[in-house]
Amino acid sequence: MKPVIILKNITKIYQSGELSFRALKNINLTINEGDFTAITGASGSGKSTLMNIIGLLDIPTSGTFLLDNVETSKLNDNQLAKLRNQKIGFIFQSFNLLPRTSAIDNVALPLIYAKIEKYERLEKAKISLDLVGLSDKLKSHPNQLSGGQQQRVAIARALVTNPQILLADEPTGNLDSKSGFEIMQIFKRLNKEGKTIIMITHEPEIAKHAKKIITIKDGDIL
Amino acid sequence: MSSALRSILANRLRSILTILGIVIGVTSVILLISLVSGLNSFITSQIEGLGSNLIFVIPGRIGGSRSPGGIQANRLILQDATNLQKQLLDQAKVSAVVQRTSTLKYNNKLDRGVAIFGVQGNYPDIISVKLTSGKFFNDSEANSGRKVVVIGPTVASTLFGLTSPIGQSVDIGGLKYKVIGLTKSRGSTFGIDQDNSVLIPLTAAQKQFGLDRLNTIYISANNSEQVRKVQAEATSILKKRLSEDDFSVQTQEQTLSTISQITSVLSLALGGIAAISLIVGGIGIMNIMLVSVTERTKEIGLRKALGARPTDIRNQFLIEAITLSGLGGLIGITLGISLSLIIGLFLTTTITWWSIVLSFGFSTLVGILFGVMPAIRAARLNPIQALRYE
Ligand SMILES: Nc1ncnc2c1ncn2[C@@H]1O[C@H](COP(=O)(O)OP(=O)(O)OP(=O)(O)O)[C@@H](O)[C@H]1O
Ligand SMILES: [Mg+2]
Repeated sequence: MKPVIILKNITKIYQSGELSFRALKNINLTINEGDFTAITGASGSGKSTLMNIIGLLDIPTSGTFLLDNVETSKLNDNQLAKLRNQKIGFIFQSFNLLPRTSAIDNVALPLIYAKIEKYERLEKAKISLDLVGLSDKLKSHPNQLSGGQQQRVAIARALVTNPQILLADEPTGNLDSKSGFEIMQIFKRLNKEGKTIIMITHEPEIAKHAKKIITIKDGDIL
Repeated sequence: MSSALRSILANRLRSILTILGIVIGVTSVILLISLVSGLNSFITSQIEGLGSNLIFVIPGRIGGSRSPGGIQANRLILQDATNLQKQLLDQAKVSAVVQRTSTLKYNNKLDRGVAIFGVQGNYPDIISVKLTSGKFFNDSEANSGRKVVVIGPTVASTLFGLTSPIGQSVDIGGLKYKVIGLTKSRGSTFGIDQDNSVLIPLTAAQKQFGLDRLNTIYISANNSEQVRKVQAEATSILKKRLSEDDFSVQTQEQTLSTISQITSVLSLALGGIAAISLIVGGIGIMNIMLVSVTERTKEIGLRKALGARPTDIRNQFLIEAITLSGLGGLIGITLGISLSLIIGLFLTTTITWWSIVLSFGFSTLVGILFGVMPAIRAARLNPIQALRYE
């Protein structure tokens, strides 16, 4: 088992004016290649904070984070951008698709930053949309898609660079149970094909699809 | 590159409004400045086109309590012109002019509001009068009081249409005058048609209209070095009979500078309006950029989360801003030049390169600055801060 994510004594303190808040307290966590992990916990417990640090979207106040054996605190902006682009696919609870932009262009977006030619970008985006069952919605704009479809476009976008790790912050939080179930089927298939998946969820129904469940309480892993 | 153009097309309204802001600024600056410069060069060419080494004597004192053209009594009479001519005989030519407005009739056609100039026979020696046909009256014709007239092209076309007016009799204020010449077009100043005028002998004009006061005495120095000297002598000659406040003697140059003082006030006013429209355009651009900053900051957060480097973000927004500003600038230049040319059909307009450079430079600078600054600020945030920006 090869560890791809190693967190050592990760602490995150939010500072706003005089007030400071310890959202994560000395987190230690190792995720191995091929894991499918669900993170649960009460609202405000620090799940998203942890996920954003793993996804290189935010930096910890202290502690060490090794991504694929690379010490991330030593990386500059450009190196971080490259890792986000190549190693990680991030799926947001609120989809975060570009408005007024077609599904295929949304999916192809990360490939622009991977310096891939336009023709190849569109080919890869098509394949990726096919993987989530949206081959018939290539030209649709986000406002013409249902919530479940939008989240599947977001998953296709996360997959398009063929990253090692898939991070999903409440991917089914805005969806009905049927759409949520479909998303879980996609995740399970991707995990079987070798992707490492970490997923935040409130719902036990969703968490049970994962191989392993971690619970966070007040910034600590239980 | 492609993300910038995609973003322009995806946000058409925002793009169009930005372009519009720049178009307004650039067009109005080019147009207003071409109007002002046109006015300046028109007036200059008109005055310079009158003749050379000219000195004007006009009633009243410029800058005095009795300004020229005021309602105070005009004391300038033919005797003054005759005195000047006698005493300046070997240095200059002198010609007196009276003026009034009247109606001309030919058959049943009328031309109202025609400027009637009563001039002496030596008038064409001093003021350049270009004729397209016929001839000008000579001194003896003028002094004998014969009723002959040289008409302007507007008068000719109004009364005679396409037929030749030469040799015809035209009714001026109730008396018949014989048309002996037709002048070349001189265009219009401030919308006043200079071609709707006629020249008749001074004697005839004075007799018919009872004009004993002169509107202008033109003096033309024989050579350019003597203009100042002639001006000084003319002043002292006139002072023998008249008081200082009764008249002004101005050289062509002085008149030009007086007029350019007036037009520079106008230039300043129009320049102010142009500056305001530049600022209005700039504020428009600023507004659009600031209004979209929340959405754009979220977009920047997302792009960074997907792997965009800060330079990628900066380049995208820079290209976007340059494209929009450049496009707006080019449309503005095209529009400004075309409108200037169209207006140039009626008024003199002079398109100046510096107005193009100035307006284009300013507008694109504002466009690029306000397009890129929020982006650079947002690109420095970490992705999650940008994504959660409100
Ligand atoms: N930018 C911030 N500034 C200050 N405090 C913050 C900030 N972001 C999060 N917090 C605080 O950190 C704690 C953890 O937030 P986090 O978003 O990680 O919770 P969560 O477990 O994801 O909750 P939920 O299930 O509701 O999404 C919360 O108490 C929150 O108020
Ligand atoms: Mg959360």
